[in-house]
Amino acid sequence: MRAFSYEKPANPSEAVARAAEVEGAKFLAGGTNLLDLMKHEIEAPAHVIDVNGLGLDEVTETEDGGLRIGTLVTNTALSAHPRIRRDYPVLTRAIAAGATGQLRNKATTGGNLLQRTRCPYFFDTNMPCNKRSPGSGCGALTEGAFSRQLGVIGTSSSCIATHPSDMAVAMRVLDAIVETVTPSGMTREIAVEDLHLLPGDTPERETALMPGELITHVRLPAPVGGTQAYHKVRDRASYAFALVSVALVRQADGTGRVALGGVAPKPWRRADADAQLPNGAAAVMSVLLDGATPTEENAFKLTLAERTLAAMLKEA
Amino acid sequence: MSPPIGFTLRRRTLLAGTAAAALTHSMTRDASAQTAEAPQPVGPQTSTVTLVVNGTPREITVDNRVSLLDALREHLKLTGTKKGCDHGQCGACTCTVNGERINACLSLAVMHDGDEIETIEGIGQPDNMDPMQAAFVEQDGFQCGYCTPGQIQSARKVIEEIRAGIPSHVTGDLTAEIAMTDAEIRERMSGNICRCGAYANILSAITQVAEENA
Repeated sequence: MRAFSYEKPANPSEAVARAAEVEGAKFLAGGTNLLDLMKHEIEAPAHVIDVNGLGLDEVTETEDGGLRIGTLVTNTALSAHPRIRRDYPVLTRAIAAGATGQLRNKATTGGNLLQRTRCPYFFDTNMPCNKRSPGSGCGALTEGAFSRQLGVIGTSSSCIATHPSDMAVAMRVLDAIVETVTPSGMTREIAVEDLHLLPGDTPERETALMPGELITHVRLPAPVGGTQAYHKVRDRASYAFALVSVALVRQADGTGRVALGGVAPKPWRRADADAQLPNGAAAVMSVLLDGATPTEENAFKLTLAERTLAAMLKEA
Repeated sequence: MSPPIGFTLRRRTLLAGTAAAALTHSMTRDASAQTAEAPQPVGPQTSTVTLVVNGTPREITVDNRVSLLDALREHLKLTGTKKGCDHGQCGACTCTVNGERINACLSLAVMHDGDEIETIEGIGQPDNMDPMQAAFVEQDGFQCGYCTPGQIQSARKVIEEIRAGIPSHVTGDLTAEIAMTDAEIRERMSGNICRCGAYANILSAITQVAEENA
């Protein structure tokens, strides 16, 4: 790990001001992903701004009947919150499907959204990776590479990494909104839909956040009701990243919403695919996965996604 | 509390010496790799923090990079908390901070100024074991023992977490009381790996404690 200086500001405006003025600064919340990456020297901040002193660790009710979640609310606390369990069960299910008890106790809401890919070529610093080292190439797209876990849609010839979060898939299906404070101290809102960028030619650019911009809250609109479920398919029963995951909200009349995890650089959802829900899993996936460019190793994900949704529709 | 361990010459010390030699090499490499334009730290690279470990405030001055795990083991000589993978995957370093279990390897000591930390040394001692420690002995919940401190830390918290109604991946009804089932315990223990494969007996030990104080 590279040496760094450290500070723990007491309010968000101080935190973003420092991030703006100190070159090479990085926010640290739970640290479960950032510290791991710092040990690999994939991240090497010269200055660490610990945001754990900012408050921002409460869940409050909003005027429209929704919830406003402080960015530092832990994954455990969020999954166990009575309102989340009752009104947004797909979110509890998604969080509980990820990581371990120890990690969920430390990982935060904002940090979960901003966690980085677990693509093995991103982690192996001996391999090329356009995300880690722009212009070096994509190790996952070389002859004989292992791409079983990697993306099938929304990817590019520069990068086929997936976004690893389960929580973000539920946030996407619930149309969550991210609230931030910018380096100049202004607040703004970004729909979760627009938070993560597709790789294109610049896979090193992962989010719509500007340098030094801090997530302060994540807002959930009023509950959408329906039957909610999150189904995660993985190589072992616990503590593994998704091959495919499906977040589903299904209303009594058969309409609803579907988002996928494990297949794309961001939680994957399309309004025109949602509209196909009354027509069944195959109809949804023919739209949702239209234009997919899987590798030979991960083409199975297309079939797996459809069958997972079909199984869920049978239960819902 | 255990006395500090005196590091005499033995295999572990020899390995540490070898590692130090390797470190010198890698530091040279790092220095040459650093470009003049790379951002540099803008303040002290060490911090003084007070960790309240097993009820006793302990002030230490550490490099900002020191993990909570290394602070416990190398600075406070509390070697009961084990280093396995050092990347949050094995759970050997599990200890509790302000009553919640975390991976001590994925947290910095500097982040825990004033926090209450409980390690395996604070839970019980050979002549005065915690019920979970006694149950692990009784049920033969380990072979080599390396993962055991982390297993015991997690095990104690798993019972509390189920009773507190924190849902897991295998929980059925999210609004009902959570039952203390084998499936619940296994799922919640998935962050603690046992290379010897003592899982069945670990489950027995946890079940025994849960039933004893039901």
